[in-house]
Amino acid sequence: MAKEMVVKELNDVVVRFSGDSGDGMQLAGNMFSNISATEGNDISTFPDYPADIRAPQGTLTGVSGFQVHIGSGKVYTPGDKCDVLVAMNPAALKTQYKFCKPQSVIIIDTDSFTKRDLEKAQFQLENPFSELGIKNEVVEAAITTMCKESLKDSGLDNKSIMRTKNMFALGLVCWLFHRDIKVGEKLLREKFAKKPEIAEANVKVLYDGFHFGENTHASISTSYTVPSKQQKEKGRYMDINGNKATAYGLMAAAEKAGLQLYLGSYPITPATDILHELAKHKSLGVKTVQCEDEIAGCSSAVGAAFAGALAVTTTSGPGICLKSEAMNLAVITELPLVIVDVQRGGPSTGLPTKSEQTDLLQVLFGRNGESPMPVIAANSPTDCFDAAYMACKIALEHMTPVVLLTDAYIANGSAAWHLPDLNQYPEICPPYVKPEMAGSWTPFQRDPNSLVRYWAVPGTKGFMHRIGGLEKSSETGAISTDPENHNLMTQLRAEKVARIASCIPDLEVEGCEDADLLIVGFGGTYGHLHSAMDVLNDQGKKVALAHFKYLNPLPKNTAEVLRRYKKVVVAEQNMGQLAGYLRMKVEGVHLYQFNQVKGQPFVVKELAEAFNRILNA
Amino acid sequence: MSETKYTAADYKAGQPRWCPGCGDHAFLNSFHKALAELGVPPHEIAVISGIGCSSRLPYYMNTYGMHTIHGRAAAIATGAKVANPNLTIWQISGDGDGLAIGGNHFIHAIRRNVDINIVLLNNRIYGLTKGQYSPTSARGFVSKSSPYGTVEDPFRPAELCFGARGRFFARCAAVDGGPSVEVLKAAAHHKGTSVIEVLQNCVIFNDGTHNAVAKKEDRERNAIYLEHGKPMLFGPNHEFGLMQEGFGLKVVKLGENGISEKDILVHDAHCEDNTLQLKLALMEGPDFPIALGVIRDVEAPTYDEAVAEQIEEVSAKKKYHNFAELLDTNDTWEIK
Repeated sequence: MAKEMVVKELNDVVVRFSGDSGDGMQLAGNMFSNISATEGNDISTFPDYPADIRAPQGTLTGVSGFQVHIGSGKVYTPGDKCDVLVAMNPAALKTQYKFCKPQSVIIIDTDSFTKRDLEKAQFQLENPFSELGIKNEVVEAAITTMCKESLKDSGLDNKSIMRTKNMFALGLVCWLFHRDIKVGEKLLREKFAKKPEIAEANVKVLYDGFHFGENTHASISTSYTVPSKQQKEKGRYMDINGNKATAYGLMAAAEKAGLQLYLGSYPITPATDILHELAKHKSLGVKTVQCEDEIAGCSSAVGAAFAGALAVTTTSGPGICLKSEAMNLAVITELPLVIVDVQRGGPSTGLPTKSEQTDLLQVLFGRNGESPMPVIAANSPTDCFDAAYMACKIALEHMTPVVLLTDAYIANGSAAWHLPDLNQYPEICPPYVKPEMAGSWTPFQRDPNSLVRYWAVPGTKGFMHRIGGLEKSSETGAISTDPENHNLMTQLRAEKVARIASCIPDLEVEGCEDADLLIVGFGGTYGHLHSAMDVLNDQGKKVALAHFKYLNPLPKNTAEVLRRYKKVVVAEQNMGQLAGYLRMKVEGVHLYQFNQVKGQPFVVKELAEAFNRILNA
Repeated sequence: MSETKYTAADYKAGQPRWCPGCGDHAFLNSFHKALAELGVPPHEIAVISGIGCSSRLPYYMNTYGMHTIHGRAAAIATGAKVANPNLTIWQISGDGDGLAIGGNHFIHAIRRNVDINIVLLNNRIYGLTKGQYSPTSARGFVSKSSPYGTVEDPFRPAELCFGARGRFFARCAAVDGGPSVEVLKAAAHHKGTSVIEVLQNCVIFNDGTHNAVAKKEDRERNAIYLEHGKPMLFGPNHEFGLMQEGFGLKVVKLGENGISEKDILVHDAHCEDNTLQLKLALMEGPDFPIALGVIRDVEAPTYDEAVAEQIEEVSAKKKYHNFAELLDTNDTWEIK
C-alpha cells in the first residue's frame, strides 16, 4: 500500500476534531492549529461545544467539535466543511458527518464503536457507516487499545491513560499533513511543565499516533501538504480567540490612557471568558468585580467611571436588556463606559452557546428617550483587540458609553495574531478639567468642536458638582425641566455622538472596483463574506465587499458607497437589522437582503449561491 | 486628615425642595453638621443616591454627587469606592429605593462590606409617586395602592442588614439632631458598610408614622439611646432598664424586685455575635423601647481594601506588570 500513496499539495485544508465533551478535542484542535501556524500557515478555528457541561458520555448531546482551517495564504473562516473528520465515538460520527464532503477522510477510534456505544448514539444497525450512507475513506485505528498498550508501564491510572487518546488522534492527523511533530512535543511539554509524567505520556502517545500513520500509511491513498506561501508580515504571532483579544484590547487601552481598568460583570455565556481573563491580570492593576447581577455589573461600572476609572461591563444580549437603564444613565451623565455585548442566539435565553447578530437594533435603540450611543462591531477574533481599544478611546475622549459588539463565533473562534506594538496605537487623551477652569466651570460646559463635556474626577479640588439621571441645564448643570433646554440638550447629545464620525475611518470597499454587486455586512461575518466574494470573483463575477465596523455613527462615506453600486446586498445573521438601519440612514437606497439565523456561522458556499442569484436577477 | 476646619455651610449647596415639614430637611442639617465635624474635605466626598424624595439630597451637597437610577445606588457606590478607595462615599436611599427595587444591591453591598455609608431614610411610604405602601409599611397599611390594607409583612431593615452579615447598624430619628450627628459620625468612622436607618416622617402621605419618637418627651418614653459600654437605661429619669430573660429581653424598673443598675445589660456594640444586637434592633412598642444609636459596630476586612491588597500581593508575585510583558507570557511563534 505504501507504494501507492500519493502526496498532494493543497492550498488549504479543514480538519474537524470531534468526540465526547471530555475527550479533549478542543486541545487537539488548538494544538493542530498552533503547529500549523508555526509552520507559517494562516489559521482560523472554531469550537462548537454543547450547552451542557457534561452530557452523558457517548450521547448525541455530549458531542464537542473543534474545526481548524489552515491555509497557504490568508484564511478568513474556519471553513464550511471539513477535509478530515476525527470522530472519537459513534455519537460524534453521527452528529458531525454533516460537515463532511464526499472526499473527506474520516478517522475513528474503532475501540469506541462497540454495540453499547452504537446504542448510546441511537444507531439502529450494526454498521453505522451503512446506516448513515457513508462512502468516504475511513481510517480505522484502535486508539484506546494502542494508548493502553503504550502506557501500560507508565504508572498512570486508567483514567489518565484514556485522556491521552486525543493526542493519538492529533499525531495521526499530523502525519497525514506532514506536520512537524516536534512542535507538538514542545507544546505538550510546555503545557504540562508542572506534571512531567503527564507530559511524557502525552508525548509518547502523540508519537504513537504519528508512527501509526507512518507505518501503516493508515490504509489511505493520499497524504497532503499545505506549504506556507503567504508573505506574512514579519514578527511574533500568537493564537488568540475573540474574548481574549477583547480583554487584551481593554487592558491595552487602560495602559495607554494611564487609567485603572475596572470591570463590573456577571457571568453569562458566551461573554464570561472576558471576565475570567481580566480577573487573572491583577499585576496590571485590573479590578474585576463579579457583581450580584447584570444590573449591578453595569451600575458599578458607571460608579467606577464617575470615580475616574476606565469602566467596562461585559455581557451578552439578555444582559443588555438588564443593563439598558444604567447604560442610559451613562448617556445622560455623559460618562465614559464600555459595554461589551458578545451576541448569542435569542430571544430570551435562546441559544446561549450559539452565534447571532441579533442585538444590533437593541444596542442602537433599546433604551428609553433619545439615547444616542456609539456602537462598534469587531469583525474577527483578532479584530476584537483593535475594536475594544477603539471603543475605549472613543468612550474616554468623547465622554460617552460605547457598545462593542462581538459574537459567540468570533469570541470563541481563534486566529493567528500579530503581536501589537502599543507605540503604534493612537494616544488616548480624556478631556479632563484644567485647573484654570475652576470657578467658572459647569458640568455640561463643552468643547466647541467635539461638543464633549469636561471630566472632573471626584477628588479634584474646586470642581465639586452633581450629575444624575435628571435632565440638566446646559449652562448651569442644575436640574432643568425647561422645554428649550431639554430640546437643546437632546440635540447636543445627539450631535456629540454624530461628530465622532470625523474620528473614524471611511468605509472601505474591497474586491472588484467596478463591481456589479456590493456585499454589505457588519461584525463577525467578515471572514465568510470576504470568502464568498473571493469565490465569486474567482468565477469571473464582479463583486465587492463593504464591511461595517462602526455602526454609530456610520462612516461619513456610507451613503456614497451604497449608492455607487447597481446592486447591494446586506448579509447578516438576523432578520435584516442592518438593512433596515441603513434604509433609515440612507434615504432611497435599494438593498437586497440575505438573512440567516441558525446560530451557526454562514456557509460560504450558500452565500456565493445566494449572491449569484442576485447577480443574475 | 486635613488641618482645615470646616463648617456646616461648607457642605451646603442649593435650596432643598422637599415639602415643608419633611423629615429630610432635619436629616440634611444633621448631615451637614456631621460632615463638618468629621472634617473630610468636600472634594473627597461623593454622595450617591437612587430615586425618591430623599434621593434628591446630593443636589444640596457642596461635594461630588450623583443622583442615579432607582435602586442602583448601592451598586454605583460600590463601583465608585472600589475604583477610588480614597473617596468617602455616602449613599442616600429611601425605603423603596433601598429595600424594594434596590434590595439585591443593598444586601450584597453589606455582604461584601464595601466601605460606604448607607443612609436609609425610612418613612414607610412611596412619597414621590404620591403615596403607595413600601416594603417597610406595616401589614394592613392603607394607601392608594392598598385601599383595603396590605396583606404582606414588611422588612425590618435591621434584620435584613444583619441577615446580610452587616457589621454596622445604627438608628436615629430625623428630627433628633444631636444623636443623629453622633450616629453619622460613628458610621463614618466605621470601616466597612455602615447602615444608618433614619426614622423620617412624610408629612403628606404618612404623617405620624414615627410619632413614637417624634418629640423629645416621646423619645424619653418610647426609645432607648444605646451607647457602647453603658448600661441600657431609658425613661425620663432613666428609671427603666433592659435585662436578659431566657432567650429574650425584658424591661425592668430600677428599684423594683431588688433590681439595681448593676443588673442591667451593658451594651456591647463590638460583640461579634449579633444575637443580642438583633434583639435590640427589633424592639418595638408598646412593650419595648425603640433602640436608637449605634446598635452594632464590628470591624471586618473591607471589600475595597481587599481588592487593592490582592492586586498588590499578586503583583509582587507575577513577573509581568505592563501590556508588553503580558504579551510575553503567551506561546508565540516568529515569522522571519
